[in-house]
Amino acid sequence: MFKHETIETNSGLLIVLSLVAMGIGGLVEIVPLFHINDTIEKVEGVRPYTPLELRGRDIYQREGCYVCHSQMIRPFRDEALRYGHYSLAAESQYDHPFQWGSKRTGPDLARVGGKYSNEWHVQHLKAPRSVVPESIMPNYPWLLERSLQYADIADRMRALKKVGVPYSLTKEEYDANVEKFGEDVAKDLDINRAEENLLAEAQKENFDGIPGKLTEMDALVAYLQMLGTLVDFNKYDEGYFVEFR
Amino acid sequence: MAGAVPVVHQEYNYDIVKKFAIAAIVWAVAGMGVGVYIASELAWPFLNFDLEYITFGRLRPVHTSAVIFGFGGNALFATSYYVVQRTCQARLPSDAAANFTFWGWNIAIALGGISYMLGYSQGREYAEPEWPIDLLITVVWVTYFWLYAETLRRRSQPHIYVANWFYMGFILATALLHIFNNLTMPVSLTGMKSYSLFSGAQDAMTQWWYGHNAVGFFLTAAFLGMMYYFVPKQAGRPIYSYRLSIVHFWALVFLYMWVGTHHLHWTAIPDWTSTLAATFSIVLLMPSWGGMINGVMTLSGAWDKLRSDPIMLFMITALSFYGMSTFEGPMMALKSVNALSHYTDWTVGHVHSGALGWVALISFASLYHMIPRLWNTTLYSLRLVYVHFFLATIGIVLYIVAMWVSGIGQGLMLRAFDDYGNLAYTFVESVVFMHWPLVTRALGGAFFLTGMLIMAFNIYKTVSLARRAEAKASAAEAAGLAQA
Repeated sequence: MFKHETIETNSGLLIVLSLVAMGIGGLVEIVPLFHINDTIEKVEGVRPYTPLELRGRDIYQREGCYVCHSQMIRPFRDEALRYGHYSLAAESQYDHPFQWGSKRTGPDLARVGGKYSNEWHVQHLKAPRSVVPESIMPNYPWLLERSLQYADIADRMRALKKVGVPYSLTKEEYDANVEKFGEDVAKDLDINRAEENLLAEAQKENFDGIPGKLTEMDALVAYLQMLGTLVDFNKYDEGYFVEFR
Repeated sequence: MAGAVPVVHQEYNYDIVKKFAIAAIVWAVAGMGVGVYIASELAWPFLNFDLEYITFGRLRPVHTSAVIFGFGGNALFATSYYVVQRTCQARLPSDAAANFTFWGWNIAIALGGISYMLGYSQGREYAEPEWPIDLLITVVWVTYFWLYAETLRRRSQPHIYVANWFYMGFILATALLHIFNNLTMPVSLTGMKSYSLFSGAQDAMTQWWYGHNAVGFFLTAAFLGMMYYFVPKQAGRPIYSYRLSIVHFWALVFLYMWVGTHHLHWTAIPDWTSTLAATFSIVLLMPSWGGMINGVMTLSGAWDKLRSDPIMLFMITALSFYGMSTFEGPMMALKSVNALSHYTDWTVGHVHSGALGWVALISFASLYHMIPRLWNTTLYSLRLVYVHFFLATIGIVLYIVAMWVSGIGQGLMLRAFDDYGNLAYTFVESVVFMHWPLVTRALGGAFFLTGMLIMAFNIYKTVSLARRAEAKASAAEAAGLAQA
């Protein structure tokens, strides 16, 4: 007959059995997600970030935007009307780390891309209450004053490549990207051209409205303006996404 | 009774317990101070002062780290070292290693706080420190595990007391969680920046497996260890049910690990993980309440102590809040309730009814019990303990009621439709609505912080008077020796 006394008089046994009891739940919930491909929808359009967007995302993370803004639209009628189609797992498949968030002190940003002009974003980030008087968001004036640091952009992409993001270093990897994402996107994912791509995008789009100056604002607005814009939902039947849930 | 003078056990390492106890109080003041400040930033955004270092986004992890890992962590180190030595009747195996855990832990939290203000963050809640700080924490934690396990092994009692099971469970779980959730790829070995090993849905699952178990093991199991030692000690009675404590322990360590996904209801993860987490969250109510009953009923036959002992008042109120928040939690883990509560202040209120009501109050009680015994003295003022109790309780009630109003209010506004089927409110209208609840929340926090400051004063007086008395006694002894 087993007695609990056996465990409480043996510290090694107590430790081992505690670990077993703890291990089961985590294993059952998490491990399958790494093996079941079905958890991520197969959709066209989702691609890794361009170098400029990536720097913007780093700044988003640096400022702790995720503390007040979610990037995860739930499948409810009010959220569909307010934010758009519910978020797919596929849309954050290249996000290291995820930024789904847990609190909406401000609105969800998963599909904020393209909803406002670049000028609006710049003004809003500089002084939110100048465009939304009731807003309680802090001002971020330094984004416009500070030059964007991009010297280590290739290192950043290399680190992301190591954790599975398909940025390319070799010819084969580049060709694979052309196959998968098309030539235009594949060029942006080439680590060897990271700096020139970053500068070219900033110059072309001039997100911060200051010609000839590359600020942190350029990067952050570039990131915000692409959020949620990659998947064309007109191409898919609603029933298709449900299969993955 | 707090005034009882215990026998001093010189054979134990009390020096390390003293250090951690004082550090807990220092971090509590700092962390709660930052909490009240960021709460005020939400009510009055000009307080961000256009300074990047103190915006809400950067200060919020400073607050959470300082209160959870600074205050909570130091209180756990202090009480666990105290409890394990006393219940095993064995000294910690190494003073140097114990000191290393003290300095390592506190430096890690300080560096973490500074780094978030400078903009270094992993961007995952409660796991914000970047990889160099994570490595330091890992080394400290392994040392802590070794010290604890070795003290257990060297015990001169055949049985391992139940408080130690909970502390051990917490040490093991925290090690697992910390290591797996912080697997990242540094951009370079000379820089702070890194990218999480996991992405998207997998990253979310790993993070909330960590995040919820930080609540389950760091903020619950470990503080239950505190409860299982200090409540019976303060009540002067044995724990209500030994059998219940066995069921409580195994059910709790088994069930907590299943429920993290309830933080991800309705998100882009498979439905079955969400359903499983909701189910286990409901089941978790049973061991939680079993534990609460075990603590509260320990006082049966000695209820009169609630009239004469403010420390007991802290303990019973803490257990009541534990019961309340472990009821609220499973309810919020139901998908239908979560659809409303998620993303709102209701969650923030729920966390604080657990963190302030349960974790902080049981820690205050344990520190009030332990500190006079460590310095071989009595508390400077019991009246101030009462004042602290009432300020803290009023503060918590203001806080959680304000958050219910704000959270449920915002949740209802955002899902309201007008007669034509359009959204009835814009998002920013819900922000306007939340202003007064946010002001009330900041006020509640200020009450709680004031109580904390009174505690810090009371402890400062207690310790400095004890030191002075000790100095006088040793001077008298020296004089006596000189005369002889």
